[in-house]
Amino acid sequence: MTVDQTRVAPARLAPGLTLRRGSAIGSVRRTGPRAVALFVGLSVALVVMVVISAGRGQVDIPPAQVLGSIFHRVGLPWGHLPTQPYGDATLWDVRFPRIGMGLLVGGALAAAGALMQGVFGNPLAEPGVVGVSSGAAFAAAIVIVFDLGFLGTWTTPAFAFVGGLITTLVVYLLSRAGGRTEVVTLVLTGIAVNAVCGAGLAFMIFLADSSARDQIVFWQLGSLNGSRWVYTAVVSPFVLAGLVGAFWLSRRLDVLALGDRTARHVGIDVERLRLAVIVLVALLTAAAVSFAGMIGFVGLVVPHLIRMTVGPGHRVLVPASALGGALLLTCADLVARTAVSTADLPIGMLTSLVGGPFFFWLLRRSRRSAGGWA
Amino acid sequence: MPHAMLRVHDVTIRLGGREVLCGVSLDVRPGELVALVGPNGAGKTTLLSAIAGDLEPSAGTILLDDVDVAGWRPHRAARHRAVLPQEHHLAFGFPAVEVVRMGRTPWVGTDREDDDEVVVAEAMARTDTVALAPRLFPTLSGGEKARVAFARVLAQQTALILLDEPTAALDLRHQDQVLAEAHRLSRIPAAGGASHAVVAVVHDLTIAAAYADRICVLAGGRLVADGPPGDVLTPELVEHVYDHPVDVFEHRGRLVVLPHRSHAAAPTGSAESPAPHHPIGHQEPPWICTP
Repeated sequence: MTVDQTRVAPARLAPGLTLRRGSAIGSVRRTGPRAVALFVGLSVALVVMVVISAGRGQVDIPPAQVLGSIFHRVGLPWGHLPTQPYGDATLWDVRFPRIGMGLLVGGALAAAGALMQGVFGNPLAEPGVVGVSSGAAFAAAIVIVFDLGFLGTWTTPAFAFVGGLITTLVVYLLSRAGGRTEVVTLVLTGIAVNAVCGAGLAFMIFLADSSARDQIVFWQLGSLNGSRWVYTAVVSPFVLAGLVGAFWLSRRLDVLALGDRTARHVGIDVERLRLAVIVLVALLTAAAVSFAGMIGFVGLVVPHLIRMTVGPGHRVLVPASALGGALLLTCADLVARTAVSTADLPIGMLTSLVGGPFFFWLLRRSRRSAGGWA
Repeated sequence: MPHAMLRVHDVTIRLGGREVLCGVSLDVRPGELVALVGPNGAGKTTLLSAIAGDLEPSAGTILLDDVDVAGWRPHRAARHRAVLPQEHHLAFGFPAVEVVRMGRTPWVGTDREDDDEVVVAEAMARTDTVALAPRLFPTLSGGEKARVAFARVLAQQTALILLDEPTAALDLRHQDQVLAEAHRLSRIPAAGGASHAVVAVVHDLTIAAAYADRICVLAGGRLVADGPPGDVLTPELVEHVYDHPVDVFEHRGRLVVLPHRSHAAAPTGSAESPAPHHPIGHQEPPWICTP
């Protein structure tokens, strides 16, 4: 007798059990109007911020002309082209590639954070905190120092991917005990992994000549400066593959919240799922780190805020985090470019400035709610 | 007599060099509610984990519907058996109803997915958890969590149901409700046509006697008795296995197992002093049936 082959009569409520419309069960829907509102809000905010950000800088272009320039590019004769000399060129050669890179990197980091938190069952997991970013950065530094280029523009992201993959696996293996990851173990593992990768990075700086040294230092700070269309073209398939994969696994990630054993009892191949997620995290982190360097805490802050608004279901959390991360980095980059005139602040510095205290607050809160360092 | 759904044959499990289970054999047929009882550390949870496929036996086989569970993919196993664990941990703040919906995971992409909402609603109604539906699982009390977890197990709609101490955190009404539901399931057909079968680890011998068709007593990793409650729960056996004196008597047609409260104050107005504690310990009792 196998259950699978049997066609089962449609279930009906047994007599004596009544279900009122609008009862407690019916009112808790999977994707509520909140989620729809969130997606609409994030998308609108993102478009507005992109237009505003593109217009700001040494050459100021009003939003209407930014829109006009975009419309003209796609062949619609709406609005006016930028009136400034070189306005159109500035937009398309400098600002849009940079904004595009910001969207990709922000989306990748936030989605990677959401995935990592799901797979560790721990809201404090994040590529930067646990050292995956520095692992990817260390591997990428090797490419710079030894001037490797056998894969062309793809060399750096490929190395970053391998470095990220190795560090994620190491963190995962070291920080799990009895099918769970305790907060303390995770954070301490992150310190250890960060220390080792930091040492590797320091050694690379020591080996490097002065131009490579500048490049590595720029990376540790994290910046979207110098983004070009070629780079966004390399990064986007990584991010796209990562996001599609993440969305595909999202329902199974929900079930993982039950713990490894119970997740297996309801039919999840936990080991396989976890391996798939680790590959996705490495893919997304590598995409983010390759050209923009280490931008911390995006993967921590964004999924947390999304979870507070619409709950922890990954089918909403993952795509909403990607949108939110893109929005956050667009805003942060605008500040980085314009806060100090004539200077381009490192964006990693800004996100850490906000993210560090936020991380601390989360740590305090989770300690309180778990009744100790559980 | 119907064909056995679950066959545990001569199973031995070693954990950390110690034999936790030793040559246990046990058949469970559709329509049966089997209670696993025994003192702490007797191997009840280990046996349940082995049946669930979490632990691989060091020796022996466990057949579910005539197939060895050791080789099953999680996805396939989840359509045949559901497991209620002892502890209910949830990493994120999902509402209770979402936790119950997670029990529908094995049926994603099948025809039965269409029934999800009705099945979830019925599971919650039967476990008295409808009112808890919108509440976040981590904020529930221990007993409420246990009931929501039980609803999740019901929503999985499998022919074999494994319950590890389903009544541990529950008040007396809900203890009764959970075992009554398990008993009801064992009397009605599952999706495959034959009746459900339930294997439950239970500590309270009185409640086990009230609901179980069979009681299997484990002690020191061995199955020391297996049969209807009236045959198994004799004062001699219970006293020997638990190393504690008990009274067994009938009350309103049901068996009651009452341990002597040797450390409690003597009831006022009673001339009788508490029975002395006689560990029966060492002599080999005649009811050990494993060859």
